[in-house]
Amino acid sequence: MQTESENRASLLEMRDITKTFPGVRALDGVTFDLHAGEFHALVGENGAGKSTLMKILGGVYPHPQYGGEVRLNGEVHRFQSVRDAEQAGIAVIFQELSLVKDLSIAENIFLGREPSRFGVIRWEELYSRAQKLLDELHLPVDPRTPVGNLGIGQQQLVEIAKSLSQEARILVLDEPTAALTDAEVETLFHLLNKLRQRGVGMIYISHKLGEVFRMSDRITVLRDGRTVGTDRTSDLDEPRIIARMVGREVGDIFPAADHPRGETVFEARNITVEDPNVTGKLLVKDVSFSVRSGEVLGVAGLMGAGRSDLLMAIFGAHAGRMMRGEVLVDGRAVRITRPSDAIRHGIGFVTEDRKRYGLVLEQTILNNMTLAGLTRLSGRFITNTEAEAEAGERAARDLRVKAGSVFTIAGTLSGGNQQKVVLAKWLLTNPRVLFLDEPTRGIDVGAKQEIYAQINNLARTGLAIILVSSELPEVLGLSDRVIVLHEGRLTGEFRRAEATPEAVMACATGHTRRAA
Amino acid sequence: MSQPANEPAVDRPVVTADVVPPGVAADGTPQVKVGRWKLPTESLRAYTMLFALVVIWVFFQWATADARYPYGLFLSGVNFSKLLQQMAVTGVLAVGMLMVIVAGQIDLSVGAVVGLAGGIAAMTQGWGLVPSLLSAIVVGLIIGAVQGSLVAYANIPAFIVTLGGLLAWRGVILGLSKGATVPVELPFFKSLGRDLVAPTIGIVLALAAIAALLWTNLRRSRARRRHGLSAASTGATAARIVIPSVLILAFIYLMNSQGGVPVPVVVLVGVALAGAFLTQNTTFGRYLYAIGGNPDAARLSGIGLRRQILAAFCLIGVLAGVASLLHTARVGSASPDAGNLMELDAIAACVIGGTSLMGGRGTVFGAVVGALIMASLDNGMSLLNVQNYTQYIVKGAVLVTAVGFDMLGRRRG
Repeated sequence: MQTESENRASLLEMRDITKTFPGVRALDGVTFDLHAGEFHALVGENGAGKSTLMKILGGVYPHPQYGGEVRLNGEVHRFQSVRDAEQAGIAVIFQELSLVKDLSIAENIFLGREPSRFGVIRWEELYSRAQKLLDELHLPVDPRTPVGNLGIGQQQLVEIAKSLSQEARILVLDEPTAALTDAEVETLFHLLNKLRQRGVGMIYISHKLGEVFRMSDRITVLRDGRTVGTDRTSDLDEPRIIARMVGREVGDIFPAADHPRGETVFEARNITVEDPNVTGKLLVKDVSFSVRSGEVLGVAGLMGAGRSDLLMAIFGAHAGRMMRGEVLVDGRAVRITRPSDAIRHGIGFVTEDRKRYGLVLEQTILNNMTLAGLTRLSGRFITNTEAEAEAGERAARDLRVKAGSVFTIAGTLSGGNQQKVVLAKWLLTNPRVLFLDEPTRGIDVGAKQEIYAQINNLARTGLAIILVSSELPEVLGLSDRVIVLHEGRLTGEFRRAEATPEAVMACATGHTRRAA
Repeated sequence: MSQPANEPAVDRPVVTADVVPPGVAADGTPQVKVGRWKLPTESLRAYTMLFALVVIWVFFQWATADARYPYGLFLSGVNFSKLLQQMAVTGVLAVGMLMVIVAGQIDLSVGAVVGLAGGIAAMTQGWGLVPSLLSAIVVGLIIGAVQGSLVAYANIPAFIVTLGGLLAWRGVILGLSKGATVPVELPFFKSLGRDLVAPTIGIVLALAAIAALLWTNLRRSRARRRHGLSAASTGATAARIVIPSVLILAFIYLMNSQGGVPVPVVVLVGVALAGAFLTQNTTFGRYLYAIGGNPDAARLSGIGLRRQILAAFCLIGVLAGVASLLHTARVGSASPDAGNLMELDAIAACVIGGTSLMGGRGTVFGAVVGALIMASLDNGMSLLNVQNYTQYIVKGAVLVTAVGFDMLGRRRG
């Protein structure tokens, strides 16, 4: 493998790349190279400089704004724009998808490169070429579907279809599987392997080391804007990579959970939710579960299994109708028709996608933290900044939010710290039950570990926690009990000891099992 | 610079390089470098606006100097008093508009509401002073409630609802008045637009304002110290107190030299202070910014979006009622086309004052300064006998330039 890859021509060489933002050196002499047909993983904590490096490669930061050289097949290139990079055969798929929601899949794939004659778009060709790409991706959707109607996972595949259509020689994927179901991940990997055979060089940024080890030929670790090392994957193992990323050895990332469990504080019975867009289609069917004080209940399932729909509906925030179902807090039935009802009854909800649902990005940390519990923390009508700041500072300290002060603008924080702010917001409503929906998506290993520790801490203080996560190890590592959803139905329930990845995954794919 | 996860809890949140992006101070405040000074972006915006205002004033002062007014006519007591009276109506509307825009909405109907409410107030003078004045406020409130309900509960975009209102309310007043102009006859009503507050009262108000300024500043620097923010230096704190105090005293002196502060100006100051309090110190204000900044996050945080949006529209309705009284009183009569295009002045004032039309950003102070800039341009150009059409062109250019500078500053910041 080694000799083979060394014999291949260097498709890309980035030498001594330096990039400074006012006051911060984001990249400091980074060297990186890629061969044709190679799968090269780029890992590192958030803020290590991975995305910045890829933005230089993709022409987002044009030539004189960085130091160092970018060579393609030995030739120095100085990209002035994203367009330049694209024309040189570089396609970058960023974490934040760049699709136009109101345009169709086909229009998005060929945006700016529509097959046309004399400026008149040839729609039939557009759609048939798009259809061919979608077939290749095993994406069973009509290319005329507006992208906004697709789930995040499918949108990601559309992005990949777009870069396929550009016949890129270098494909950069930034956390491509963050929102994909396991089946979609398999499709993607199958596809990437095919591209590899065609000689496409791939740079793969991911926090998921399992994928990195499974797919990559070589791994480069970045830390604090520097290359820590590039090695063949076969010479490395997970603990060593994690140690390189964080600059220290870490033990088991899931802290041992052992906390006493009390009374049942929350119960949901026969929850049934209708799709707001399709009358008669049910997103959640007849799901019942309960959680005790001090217990962490994991909700596993694939993308689209209805996990978020279940929580949103209970919280009174689902766009669709809750056809049936009953919610009991402390054994008493409560009526929840909007989020404020849920909050009043002691339910907190750390929603997924913190930028979209969690934070008002241009507001201060403090204003975000106190938003949900404002009348309790501050005053019914006239606010008391002193009281708020005191509560907010205590929360920031407890959760170790890294920021200058609680008056820092939330949008300037790193992902992990933003997530802590959202968590603090809900803890400040003084909840008895806390819903956590994908609490660690897109945050770095260190911050993840802190969130895990917090979840255990909170359970120890008697909070009942319901945890939804797409990362199976996370659900299994943190939960006392796991329920599994498949296409809106509850298909399995496991105690911690019985919950093996294989058994849970079997239920997530449709096999049914009840707890003993 | 990654922090070890098992690091002991520290007294204050700690700063690490990787969480401080460019253009942000160590304590996290967004800031911009100007020469050797680093300024918080928000303050810079406020200073730029004030600087623009000063430039405009100096220019008109210089341009209006002649034999009778060797130092310039523009800032003379007699003209400045008039300028402020002209500005009061736009200013009151801008305060209401600010709250609506901050919540991510817009109100295009306020000009027509000024016409309708003013007309009804003039027509109901026969019922007595209080019913007449109240009727304008109530008309504003009802219109605000109707439009607000349509926006919040029927989910019709505010732009459409209030564009419809702009046409419909104008139609209503044309129908009610049959196109005739109704003179203002009640003496107190008239006095709203023209009378002056007795000089002694002016002085008392000024002293009260200075005392309040002193108190809030001391409280502020104490609070900043307590929360570990770098407290402003003594010199800066003194400047924050002394400069506005001197300006307040100079203002009262200038106004008293003309017999006192005009009533509409007192009304505007009252409305602006109430608006500033409402936006900065109440849960209602906080919710407006949250709704405009991220409606999804606001909704999931348990905020009743509909109620808050309805309330914001009711408030701008009431303020349009107040503005209609000031306007009708100043003109001395209610004509059916009164208030025409005032909505655009109010929106322009907000935007020049740094308000984002996307919602979530803007201050009452900025909106009022924006209104002052607009009024200064109007007044100054009229003094210079600039042609009407040129005035429009200049105001349009200033509006676009102001936003252009703001965007430029934000990109760098």
